[in-house]
Amino acid sequence: MAQDLTITSPDRFAVDRYAGLRIDAWRWLGALALMALASLLPFALSNYHVFELTMVMIYAIAVLGLNILTGYNGQISLGHGGFFAVGAYTAAILMHRYGVPYWATLPPAAFVCFVLGILFGLPALRFEGHYLALVTIAMALATPQFLKYFDTWTGGQQGINLVKPSPPAWLGIDRDRWLYFVALVCLLLAIRVAANMLHGRTGRAFVAIRDHPIAAAAMGINLARYKTIAFGTSTMFTGVAGALSAIIIGFVAPESFTLVLSISFLVGSAVGGIATISGAIVGGAFIEFVPNLANDISDAAPWAIYGVAMLLLMYAMPLGVVGTIGPWLGRLRRYLQPAADAASRR
Amino acid sequence: MAPILELRRVKAFYGQSEVLHGIDMAVEDGGIAVLLGANGAGKTTTLRAICGMVRSEGDIVFGGQSLKRRTTEQIASLGVAHVPEGRGTFMSLTVEENLRLGHYPRRGRPHDGMQRMYGYFPILAQRRAQQAGSLSGGEQQMLAIARALMMGPRLLVLDEPSFGLAPRIVEDIFTIIDRIRREERVSVLLVEQNASLALELADFAYLLETGYVVTSGSTKALADDPQIRRSYLGY
Amino acid sequence: MHELLEQISSGLAVGAVYASLALALVMIYRSTDLINFAQGEMAMFSTYIAWTLVNAGVPFWAAFVITLATSFAGGLVIERVIIRPVETAPVLAAVVVTIGLNLIFNSVAGWIFTYTLQEFPSPFPDRPLLGALITTRDLGVIGVTLLMLVLLFAFFRFTSAGLAMRAAAQNPQSARLCGIPVGRMLMFGWGLAAAIGAVAGIMVAPVLFLDPNMMGGVLIYAFTGALLGGITSPVGAVVGGLIVGVTENLVGTYLIPSQLKLTVALGLIIVVLLLRPNGLFGTAVIQRV
Repeated sequence: MAQDLTITSPDRFAVDRYAGLRIDAWRWLGALALMALASLLPFALSNYHVFELTMVMIYAIAVLGLNILTGYNGQISLGHGGFFAVGAYTAAILMHRYGVPYWATLPPAAFVCFVLGILFGLPALRFEGHYLALVTIAMALATPQFLKYFDTWTGGQQGINLVKPSPPAWLGIDRDRWLYFVALVCLLLAIRVAANMLHGRTGRAFVAIRDHPIAAAAMGINLARYKTIAFGTSTMFTGVAGALSAIIIGFVAPESFTLVLSISFLVGSAVGGIATISGAIVGGAFIEFVPNLANDISDAAPWAIYGVAMLLLMYAMPLGVVGTIGPWLGRLRRYLQPAADAASRR
Repeated sequence: MAPILELRRVKAFYGQSEVLHGIDMAVEDGGIAVLLGANGAGKTTTLRAICGMVRSEGDIVFGGQSLKRRTTEQIASLGVAHVPEGRGTFMSLTVEENLRLGHYPRRGRPHDGMQRMYGYFPILAQRRAQQAGSLSGGEQQMLAIARALMMGPRLLVLDEPSFGLAPRIVEDIFTIIDRIRREERVSVLLVEQNASLALELADFAYLLETGYVVTSGSTKALADDPQIRRSYLGY
Repeated sequence: MHELLEQISSGLAVGAVYASLALALVMIYRSTDLINFAQGEMAMFSTYIAWTLVNAGVPFWAAFVITLATSFAGGLVIERVIIRPVETAPVLAAVVVTIGLNLIFNSVAGWIFTYTLQEFPSPFPDRPLLGALITTRDLGVIGVTLLMLVLLFAFFRFTSAGLAMRAAAQNPQSARLCGIPVGRMLMFGWGLAAAIGAVAGIMVAPVLFLDPNMMGGVLIYAFTGALLGGITSPVGAVVGGLIVGVTENLVGTYLIPSQLKLTVALGLIIVVLLLRPNGLFGTAVIQRV
């Protein structure tokens, strides 16, 4: 006997159209609007604000690296400040000692940090949870010490002063805004690469390993291979961010790359949403803006305000901003479903 | 004899969803009652409601006392020993430590209680210093029941004791449960998917379907009912 | 040879402080399954409380007891108010909360007590013993640490409260079903840890001088020691802390100039962990799939 079958479409396409346009079209419009905003914004703001936004984007790339490793692959790292430093110093040494143009320092920084990450990831396979945290803390603590020790290369305690790059003359914009766009392009590239990887086979392997390593191995996923790849890719992202920071700040010194930086990255990750891509941008903004805001609120105990901000955010959104808002948007979609159905039937 | 446990018009909620829609049931003092039903019928939810693990409305009365608005640990101290789904064993503690934990709500030393448990489950005596996580499924089930009994309860609540166990082991465990009921003078409330064994063991059965009690009666009557036989016993 | 023994004994003394803080870390971990990144700062704050009392004329041991009691109470409150909301949240949220707590304690201490280094009295006289091999103060510190260890070990192993706490940490739901008041156990664990941390702070302040950043480095070494010993084992925490102290001292004296001391010390310990990934005394949780 034939029965009426109700087929419920998978959640992603639950709402197909809204106000006449397909959801995909809305997404594109939204992305275009964001791009327009991002491109026009630097011309509406002061030099200092442009610099701040540039730093937000750089931190976002760094935090994105951490999200790949800790959020998607479940390997905790409290040492990414160290890899950030390696990228920064690679760029600095290439520019300062060998006169390499700034844009050409990015690939070597990426390569060095990738290799370093793989080398780090191999022994890290032996460690889980808190032990891995300890090993990465060791990396974070060792980095400033090594930087001070090998002072012929690194300039020791004083660090290295760099010449900030000049924008191409034909563009007619000033240096701060040129560097903003350099960072913007790098961020977009980083997001694209990350999205491709994380939404594909590799990303699924990462998540499987995070959620249930035994089952993942039983399904034929090579744990060692994917975990080291996760490490290498993650440090590569953070290393490139470090290189960019050297270029844009024009100065590197060991004191900028302490354990505090690594912890900031982790906090930024958590605040944005550790297993998300767009959360990295929120995290970058948190790292860049909140310490200054805290100082404005109370210059007697600014870090206390920063700490309170962290607490309140974790209470309100334990999965991070994007991690918590994402599901809300999904629920909003389902709420709009009847209206959308009615609209498409007309 | 008054029932030791009575549920009247009990509703239970997971968040906003109402999962039990006003069920009535009782466990006789010294008897064994079983909740049967398919997956998702609400059997485990009923047990959780009794132990204060989910939000509920309605009357839940244990030994004359209302269990409403009591925390799980208070209900446990009153004499309800619940062996949850998946057994809830403390994996990295030893067998002996698991048993000692069962003794927590009571006064005095746990030694006599443990000896009695080793009497029911000799295999536990052999493995007493081993980590509980290294025990087989059947042994963990025995440990979970023993731990519950260490509490000296008046009501033993078992959620799918046969889950994931080989039929031979299940039979052994059910035999022990029957023996325990008689020797320890506890009442038993059982949730089971393995209907035939459960109907053999229990006195009274309730059949749940999507949050309602659809049939109830003595297990003999239910076992003879042809429709029940077809739906749940397969013949 | 004599110098080596001296270095070892002073390493043990500093290691005893690491060991005490490591004990506090293990305490929190065993009771709430968390690493408390604010442990050092809480200890520092407790030490300031003691310092304030002593400065106000309270005799040392009375101040000691009052500080311990206050710290215990503080730990109870912190667990209930600050940590409880994120106990069911993902681990990372709880980690971030303890990091935030770290910042808050550090900053508030700096604000109230300023960043000037302060002197802090030691209850043990600083006299050399055994032919200048070790001082009475060092011996006192080691003794106090070992005493705390024995008390904690006995507590966890032999008392039903200790067992209940371990159960509440591992499997709160099952613990409730056994009648264990899990919430109260968590609070108690934090209270105990705070008191232990206070002892660690009071012992190290005479040596390092009291300032808000006193415990920063100690926390790292304590964390290392706790992991080296096996994060669930109090005995391991003490042994680990002592080993870290001795290693740090020996490496600094004989191997490498002080710039790389920390790195090499940590490196050696990580090599040990490669061989025993669960620490020296830790037990791996066996999981049957």
